[in-house]
Amino acid sequence: MSAISLSDLDISYGSAKVVEGVSFDVAEGESFALVGESGSGKSTVLKAIAGLAPDWTGGMSVLGQPRGHRPDRGFARRCQMVFQDPYGSLHPRKTVDTVLSEPLQVHGLGNRDARVEEMLRAVGLDRRFRFRYPHQLSGGQRQRVAIARALMLEPKVMLLDEPTSALDVSVQAEILNLLKRLRAEQGLTYLMVTHNLPVVGFMCDRMAVMNRGRVVEIAPATALHDGSFADPYSRALYAASGGTAHD
Amino acid sequence: MSAPLLSVEDLRVSFPTPTGRVEVVKGLSFDLGRERLGIVGESGSGKSMTGRAILRLVRAPGRVEARRLEFEGTEIQSLSERKMRDLRGARISMIMQDPKFSLNPVMTVGRQIAEALQAHERLDRRATRARVLEMLEAVRINEPERVAKMYPHEISGGMGQRVMIAMMLIPRPSLLIADEPTSALDVSVQAQVLDLIDELVRDHGMGLILISHDLNLVSRYCDRIMVMNAGRVVESCAAADLRHAEHPYTRGLLAAVPRMHETRDSLPVLDRSDWSGT
Repeated sequence: MSAISLSDLDISYGSAKVVEGVSFDVAEGESFALVGESGSGKSTVLKAIAGLAPDWTGGMSVLGQPRGHRPDRGFARRCQMVFQDPYGSLHPRKTVDTVLSEPLQVHGLGNRDARVEEMLRAVGLDRRFRFRYPHQLSGGQRQRVAIARALMLEPKVMLLDEPTSALDVSVQAEILNLLKRLRAEQGLTYLMVTHNLPVVGFMCDRMAVMNRGRVVEIAPATALHDGSFADPYSRALYAASGGTAHD
Repeated sequence: MSAPLLSVEDLRVSFPTPTGRVEVVKGLSFDLGRERLGIVGESGSGKSMTGRAILRLVRAPGRVEARRLEFEGTEIQSLSERKMRDLRGARISMIMQDPKFSLNPVMTVGRQIAEALQAHERLDRRATRARVLEMLEAVRINEPERVAKMYPHEISGGMGQRVMIAMMLIPRPSLLIADEPTSALDVSVQAQVLDLIDELVRDHGMGLILISHDLNLVSRYCDRIMVMNAGRVVESCAAADLRHAEHPYTRGLLAAVPRMHETRDSLPVLDRSDWSGT
């Protein structure tokens, strides 16, 4: 069973079709990247899976369960999303504790206190951060909270939308290590959007290169080592990121 | 090297906090000729404040002090606000991070660039227009006449940043400060914008201060690099020698970046206890 399966997915915003005919499968436990420039539709694909871009046609299924157009409470238990900007994605008037307890409350799960403590430890945050507000945290700490929030319901699939692009390189390294460790520990599947190819090389097994709403190529992450991309656009993107192809 | 374009000695920037004034730049000194200097550091290292202090853009309650802050032989600190306005833009200009927030949304691109020029030079309408179109062409915008009539929301991020560059360079300044000029842009556009800045800086014989958190990017586009941490310069070297950097902080920053040929299982993380107190 594949963790995420998209077939012939079209997504529109109003009359503009921004994603066309996207199909790929992400195996369970795999880390899969969507790369491309702004406007290529890569984030839109994530949003559609998460239910934030409802105007889509085609087939989507997560862990074997087809995704419908309506909000799906069970889906939240299987799949969660982490957003790009930790400054914008946390509620400014809610403490870390509230943010982390809320998903448990919504889903009627007990033992909240212990679960919150445990999750804070898992993402490497000290307990003294538990009753702080987002403005009292640094960017890296906020992104740790956002990751903790996504993991509260113990999902198996994580959608990561540029999880480190708003962070400094030194903090980026910490968050990437954290994501990698969590995946190994909890057997997670990642679908990650990024424009940073070296990050793909570090985090992912395979990638889909998107351009103008279409997937132009699906390549293994090892293609980054030697630049063995088939599509001219992928090659151009690789070259622009400072990659040098060895023929 | 001839007389430096910019000479900074013991620059300090401080802000008041409930527990007393905190210095965010702690005694920075450097000389800049007609060369390309990169300032690198993490958020909060004081790199942007340095750029702002040179243009005297740090507003109260922030305070800037320096033993010397000379630009082309003139002490900047003693200039009147009016003289300072003549200097900003005309002699020293600054490219900000995000074109989305730096361009005026209700003014066409052409008018904004013209405004930058008219603030410093008296030209008739036809000459102004010619200079604007020439400048748009210099920043490699196709169909400059069409783009000049567009509003900022109608153009892409990369184009917006090129418009910003056009606006900053049209009065022909001799020093350009670029504060994270490409961090809001796509990788493919980043290289184009930096190549463009590089080319214009060389052609006009300008000085450039490139402020960024990206060590590799800075080493590619600068002659000399200053690495800042917590308001101090921890290392200063030629860009070509960056690989041989010695300070643990610089080495830590370099190692933390994922590489294209990545084979490491985990990225080394900065151990901040290593250099505290140095």
